Amino acid sequence: MKFFKNKNGSIYTSNNLGDIFFEKITGFFAAVVLILVILMAYEMYAGAKPSIEKFGWGFLVSSAWDPVREMFGALPIIYGTIVSSMLALLISVPLSIGVAVFLSEIAPSWLEKPASYLVELLAGIPSVVYGLWGIFVLVPWIRNDVQPFLSQNFGFLPFFQGPPYGFGLLAAVLILSIMILPIIASISRDIIRSVPHDQREAALALGATKWESILIVLKEVKSGILGASMLGLGRAVGETMAVTMVIGNRPLISASLFDPSYTMASAIANEFTEATSDMYISSLIHLALVLFVITIIINALARLLVWSMDRKWKTVR
Amino acid sequence: MEIKIAVKNLNAFYGKNKVLKNVSIDIPQNKVLAIIGPSGCGKSTFLRCLNRMHEVVGGTVQGSIMLDGEDITRKDPVLVRRRLGMIFQKPNPFPTMSIFDNVAAGLKYNGKTDKKETAEIVEKSLKQAALWDEVKDSLEQSGINLSGGQQQRLCIARTLAIQPEVILMDEPASALDPISTTKIEDLIFELKKNYTIVIVTHNMQQASRVSDFTAFLYMGELIEYDATKKIFTSPELKQTEDYVRGRFG
Ligand SMILES: Nc1ncnc2c1ncn2[C@@H]1O[C@H](COP(=O)(O)OP(=O)(O)OP(=O)(O)O)[C@@H](O)[C@H]1O
Ligand SMILES: [Mg+2]
Repeated sequence: MKFFKNKNGSIYTSNNLGDIFFEKITGFFAAVVLILVILMAYEMYAGAKPSIEKFGWGFLVSSAWDPVREMFGALPIIYGTIVSSMLALLISVPLSIGVAVFLSEIAPSWLEKPASYLVELLAGIPSVVYGLWGIFVLVPWIRNDVQPFLSQNFGFLPFFQGPPYGFGLLAAVLILSIMILPIIASISRDIIRSVPHDQREAALALGATKWESILIVLKEVKSGILGASMLGLGRAVGETMAVTMVIGNRPLISASLFDPSYTMASAIANEFTEATSDMYISSLIHLALVLFVITIIINALARLLVWSMDRKWKTVR
Repeated sequence: MEIKIAVKNLNAFYGKNKVLKNVSIDIPQNKVLAIIGPSGCGKSTFLRCLNRMHEVVGGTVQGSIMLDGEDITRKDPVLVRRRLGMIFQKPNPFPTMSIFDNVAAGLKYNGKTDKKETAEIVEKSLKQAALWDEVKDSLEQSGINLSGGQQQRLCIARTLAIQPEVILMDEPASALDPISTTKIEDLIFELKKNYTIVIVTHNMQQASRVSDFTAFLYMGELIEYDATKKIFTSPELKQTEDYVRGRFG
């Protein structure tokens, strides 16, 4: 007879061969995944070593991205990554919360299923398709309508200055906000649904309007929605194809949303094939390592928040 | 004796399923009415019709419910619910709010936002709900760390804060231990001086202890309605007698 710990930490016994085999196999695969991640991190570190040794922390704060002189500083690229994903989040989170509230609280049941399905469908579209749509629809629209409108009416702000190329930060922000909407909206919807119905009834019975009762629910799931948003952020930070197709791909730090920009993922994808010198390749791997660390941190935080939300309702009642 | 709520020919439905059939009851003011009956007979549904919560889960009603002579089935449900507070079977405080904010929660919906007034009402309500002495030093802490009985009294305080005229209680003590139950029952005695109370209960002793009138529901119909003493000593119908003696249901 053998003892195993199950998920709750309690011990149960099994002398069924199949059970034992299953435990071992699943455990093995879980270990493989973990080992793969560690190996990947190590490989990247090894590949990035020449760059790390040459530039050190300066890699993160220098703006020189000059393959010819073999000087590499990733600040504009990191800046572009952070700004594009943060702005995308700024647009996408309120929209996603609206969608989630509609799906979970307002939509009649005949509409809720197909509407949820549509939202999830958005998540399944390959990003190169988003990119193509960006090039042929979004960018011309931005160039011909959005940018002229913004520079005429808000041109005094530094964010809306410069020639209207269409390609640039603004296009990347818009495309990213659409791409991360499904993940934030569907997780938020599930989190909102996990709040017991008696919370809404408690509010309603106190004379709250439907809207006020929804606000109560939203307040209770604040941290879960924050987690969902961070999962969206993780997605935005790592998004490659669609962004590189519309962002203009130039390492620039500029206040204007009209200017071209660059992100870590798009820089790596774009330049790896052209990287001829060893230092160039090493710097790109260095960039990848930075991206890897950032996304792991974001995703870990996000998961923690979403999990703590799940657990909360189980311990409260 | 004044009539607070006059229910006439009330039918309640979930979809096509009729769960209350032609129920008519006059609910007297400042008294306690107990609703008894076997599980599934429509007690909760009846209670939830009174404060328009029945429609929250998609139910519909026919008939009239006159509160002080006004038919509440035709009024704005939000305004109706401010006049008829409700206590649920399972204590349901707002877990992310402090004890203070839980009690104050309903005040905002009723347009009371003055800080000093709010603090006064919170204190008064907690005292009325016999919880003040236990929580007065921890008002800023979360309500979920309280015991089940304390949580239920917190919910009562939260309801009292909006100063309703009627309090509806759906098995308010069924999830509680005997001591907490006694506290809730004592509270009901206190509260009936100022409020009209309708309480659903499965516990016959509880019904006979706390109520002035008792209504016996069976399969959606009102079988017998009379003074509690009469129902528990010499009911008109054999069916009622069997039920209160615990012979069926
Ligand atoms: N949300 C709902 N949707 C559909 N039918 C319901 C719903 N709630 C209750 N019912 C049905 O309505 C009938 C009356 O239910 P109700 O909850 O009023 O009974 P009850 O007397 O309160 O029972 P209990 O003593 O078990 O609480 C039952 O047959 C039940 O199946
Ligand atoms: Mg019930």
